[in-house]
Amino acid sequence: MKKHYLPILFFLAIMPIFFIGLDRDKSVLPSPLIGKKIPEFSLPSLINSELQIDSSELLNNTFLFNVWATWCVGCLEEHDFLMKLSESNEIPIVGLNWRDNHNDALAWLRDYGNPYTIIAEDVSGRVAIDWGVYGAPESFLVNSNGIIIHKHLGPLDDDIWERDFRAIINDAN
Amino acid sequence: MFPEIGHFALILALVVSLCQGSVSFYGAAKQNKDLITLTRPLAHTQSLFVLIAFACLVYSFVSDDFSVLYVANNSQLALPLLFKVSAVWGAHEGSLLLWVLILSTWTTLVCLFSKNLPDIFSSRVIGVLGFLNFGFILFTLFTSNPFERIFPSPLDGNDLNPLLQDIGLAIHPPILYVGYVGFAVAYAFAISAMLSEKLDKNWAKWTRPWTTAAWLFLTIGIALGSWWAYYELGWGGWWFWDPVENASFMPWLIGTALIHSLAVTEKRGVFISWTLLLSVSAFSLSLLGTFLVRSGILISVHAFATDPERGLFILIFLISVIGGALLLYAKKASDLDKKVGFGAVSRETFLLLNNVLLVIATILILLGTLAPLVLEVFNMGKISIGAPWFEIAMLVPMIPLLILVTMGMHSLWIKDSSFNLYKKLRSPLGIATLVGIVIPTVFYGRSGLLLLIGSIISIWIIISSLLSLRSSWKGNQGRFHINRSVAGMSIAHLGLGVFVFGVTIVSSFGVETDRGFSLGDQISVAGYEYKLNSIESVKGPNYEAIEADISVFDGNELISHLKPQKRTYLVQKSPMTEAAILAKWNKDLFVALGDSLGNDSWSIRIQYKPMVRWIWLGCLIMALGGLIAISDKRYRR
Repeated sequence: MKKHYLPILFFLAIMPIFFIGLDRDKSVLPSPLIGKKIPEFSLPSLINSELQIDSSELLNNTFLFNVWATWCVGCLEEHDFLMKLSESNEIPIVGLNWRDNHNDALAWLRDYGNPYTIIAEDVSGRVAIDWGVYGAPESFLVNSNGIIIHKHLGPLDDDIWERDFRAIINDAN
Repeated sequence: MFPEIGHFALILALVVSLCQGSVSFYGAAKQNKDLITLTRPLAHTQSLFVLIAFACLVYSFVSDDFSVLYVANNSQLALPLLFKVSAVWGAHEGSLLLWVLILSTWTTLVCLFSKNLPDIFSSRVIGVLGFLNFGFILFTLFTSNPFERIFPSPLDGNDLNPLLQDIGLAIHPPILYVGYVGFAVAYAFAISAMLSEKLDKNWAKWTRPWTTAAWLFLTIGIALGSWWAYYELGWGGWWFWDPVENASFMPWLIGTALIHSLAVTEKRGVFISWTLLLSVSAFSLSLLGTFLVRSGILISVHAFATDPERGLFILIFLISVIGGALLLYAKKASDLDKKVGFGAVSRETFLLLNNVLLVIATILILLGTLAPLVLEVFNMGKISIGAPWFEIAMLVPMIPLLILVTMGMHSLWIKDSSFNLYKKLRSPLGIATLVGIVIPTVFYGRSGLLLLIGSIISIWIIISSLLSLRSSWKGNQGRFHINRSVAGMSIAHLGLGVFVFGVTIVSSFGVETDRGFSLGDQISVAGYEYKLNSIESVKGPNYEAIEADISVFDGNELISHLKPQKRTYLVQKSPMTEAAILAKWNKDLFVALGDSLGNDSWSIRIQYKPMVRWIWLGCLIMALGGLIAISDKRYRR
C-alpha cells in the first residue's frame, strides 16, 4: 500500500519552501512609492521650530530619509550606525521625527549625538502616512531627482548598507 | 530574585520533561512496570516546575520589575492590573511560556484521567507529551527566554501594544492555545496507537473526548478572536482571511473532520488509518500555524515577533514532530484498515463526504495562504491573496457540506434507503424553503440566489438539529434518559445553522459607510439617523482620547448615545480606534471615529450589521454541543 506514503511526501515537498522563505529578507517590502517622486511636505525643523523645512529644498542631492522616534527601540539600535555614516560624509541624512515628544527628541540628540543634516518634526504623523511609513525605524533612499529608489524597514547596519544601499547609490551617482 | 527562580524552574522542567519522555518510552518498550509507574510522577513534577516558572513571570509583571527585559518591553506602571497579567502573553516569549504551561496542564489531565487505559498505551501517550514539551521548553530557553534581565533597568516600561489592551485579547490567546495544544493529546494518542503491537479498537473511544475538548476550546478561541477583531480593529468585519486567522481555521477544519471520522471509527471500526492521519494533521496544522506566525515567514497584521533564528528552530522541530509521525504512519497504516462494508446511502457515506469536503476546504486555505510565499520563493513576484478569493473558494466545499449536514444527522449506520431519508427530511426542507424565502424578502426586502441558498440551508439545519435533539430524549415509563452524544451532536449542528444564518444575513444586508460629519450634522444610514452632538477630549489611565457623542434615532425616537473614541496611548504614541456599538440580538449599530477633516469636521465610519451576533452565538452553541458530548457516560467507564 503505497498510498500511505503520500502524506509524508506532500509534507517533504512543502518544507523546502519554508526553508527558502525563512532566508528571504522580510525587510524589503514592495512599496508603491519606489520609482516615484517623494511625497511633498512642509514641516517645522525639530532643532529650530521657527524654521520650515520644505520637501522641495531637499532635491538636487541624493539623500537618506530616516524615520525615527525616541520611543522606538530599533531607532536606538541603528543610531550608532547612523552616527558613523554621518561622520563618513557619504550621504546626507534627513530625519523625520515621527509622533514624538519635542523635548524627549532634543534630549535624545544631546545624549546620543545628532547624525542628521536636518530633522523635520512630524507631530501628527501626517507626513509619515503620505510616505507609507509602516513602523519606525524606516529608511528611504532618494536620488537627486527626488525619486525614491530604495526602502528599508527596521534598523540599518553595516551589512545592510553594504548589501542594499551602496550599489544603488553608486549607480545613482 | 523571582525571575531567576522562574528561569531555574524552567531549566528543571526541561530536564524533567526529557526524563518523562525517555522513561515512558523505554519503560513501554521493555514492558518494565517500575519505569512505567514512574511516568506519572515525572509528568506531575514537570508540570509543577512549569507552573512555578509561569507564576514567577506573572509576579514580575504585577510587581513592575522592569529589570526583566520582557516586562520592560511589554508593560508600564500605569497599565491596569488586568492588562499587566494579560501582558504576560502579550508578546512572543510569554505566549510561548503560556503554550508550555497549557501543554503541561493537558499532560496532567491526561495522567489523571487515563488510569483505566492499558499501562503501556498511556505510558507512551505521556511520553510523547513529554518530548513535545521538551521541544517547546528548549525553544523558549534558547531563543525566547522571557526571564532575561537588562542593566541598567529602565524606570518605566515601554507599555503593552495598545491593540492588546482589551479584555477580548486578554482571554482570547489562552483559550485559542488550549485548543491548539489540546490537539497534541490526540496526536499523542495516535502515535501511541501506531506504536502498539496490535491496535486496540478502543483507541478511538479513548481519544474522542480529548479531541472534542480541544476542538471546543479552539471554536471558542476563534470566535473570541473574530469578535475582538470586529470591535477593536475598527474595520467592522468579523473575518479577514489574514494568515494568522487562517492558521487557526485550518486546524479547526481538520479537527472537525477528525471528530466526525472518530465517530465512524468508534462505532464501526472503519476509517482507522484515515482517523490516525487526521489526528496527526490537526496537531501538525496547529504547529504550522505557530510557525507561520512566529517566524515572520508570512507578513500579517497580527505578527508581532519575527526572528529567522526562531523560525529555523521551529522548522527543525516541525520536521521531527510531523515528519516522524507521518513516517510512522506510512509504515504502519496499511496494516490497520479492515474491510467493512457499508451502503451507498448510509451515515458512513455522509461522514466520509463530510471529511472529504472539510479536507478540500483546508487545502484551499493552505494554498491561498502559501501561494504568495511559493510565488515569491520562485521569483514570480509578490502577490497577496485576499478575502475575495477565499470567500469564493470556500463556497465550493461549503455549500455541499452544509447540504449534507442534515442528511448525515438523520441517516442510519450501515445502510439506509434514499426514500426513507427523503421521507424524514422533506417536511423540514419544505418549512425551511418557505421560511428561508420569507425572512429575507419580507423583513429585509430583497432576495438573491446566494442569499436564498444560505438562508434556506441554515434554517433546514436548524430545524433538523432540533428534531434530532428531540430524538435524543427517551421517555421510558416516566424515566427520562438523554443520549448525551446525540444531544451534543444535535446542539453543535444547531449552532452551525445559527452561524450560517448570521453570516448569510450580515453579508447580504450589512451596510458600511464612511461619512464626513460636522458638529450638529444628521445623517441617515440604513434607516437610522445619526447626529454628531459634540467632540471632546477625555483621559484614560494610560491614554488620551478624543470622544464623539452621537445620538442615534430610529425614526423620531432616540434609541442610544454612542461614544466612539480615538485613543492615543501615551507611551507608544500609537492611535487606536475604540468603536462604539449598540448591540441588539438582531442587529449591531457600529460607529467608529476616523480622522479630523479640519474645521470641526470628522470622518466617521457607520455600520449596520444585522444578525451579526448570531455568528458568535452560533460558535458558542457549537462549543456547548461539544461540551455535552464529552459528558457522555461511556467515556467515564
